[in-house]
Amino acid sequence: MTLTKADIVDTITERLGYSKVKSSETVETVLEIIKDSLEEGDDVLISGFGKLCVKDKAARKGRNPATGADLMLDKRRVVTFKSSTILRNKVNEK
Amino acid sequence: MNKLELISALKTDADISKAEAAEVVQIFFDAMTDALVQGDRVEIRGLCSFFVKEYKSYTGRNPKTGEKVTIKPKKLPFFKCGKELKERVDYK
Repeated sequence: MTLTKADIVDTITERLGYSKVKSSETVETVLEIIKDSLEEGDDVLISGFGKLCVKDKAARKGRNPATGADLMLDKRRVVTFKSSTILRNKVNEK
Repeated sequence: MNKLELISALKTDADISKAEAAEVVQIFFDAMTDALVQGDRVEIRGLCSFFVKEYKSYTGRNPKTGEKVTIKPKKLPFFKCGKELKERVDYK
């Protein structure tokens, strides 16, 4: 079973008594705030869950695995996740 | 940005009360935590997906002392960045 946005929307509809549309919009707003923050280069720290970090990766030499040709890979900016100790312990409990 | 700042931003952007914003944020992360604890996958389109990766026992080394230590089997939440987020965060 995979947890998706729809499941979260359903829980919010149930628990807050919002319409389905409002729940869905609210979830999208949460996602938009998180994405905006990361786009600005600002990490998102959720205590008890983990930290979404923005990391700069330097340009590096790579190789095309198909042809073996050398090439330069551009510098890039990626999102990494650091699990909180609480979440890690919970996952390992069972 | 931390959880409180996320709640404040949600209160403003969604025009709901602070208590409701706090509950929404709590439901969001609790749902993901519960799924991972059950060993389920999480897939939030546009943001990220998570799954639990199982690591077998292995012999590691204490990087400080060089001493050999046996690492017990463990599980870790593994994060995969979603396409939209990846594109928005990376240099254009």
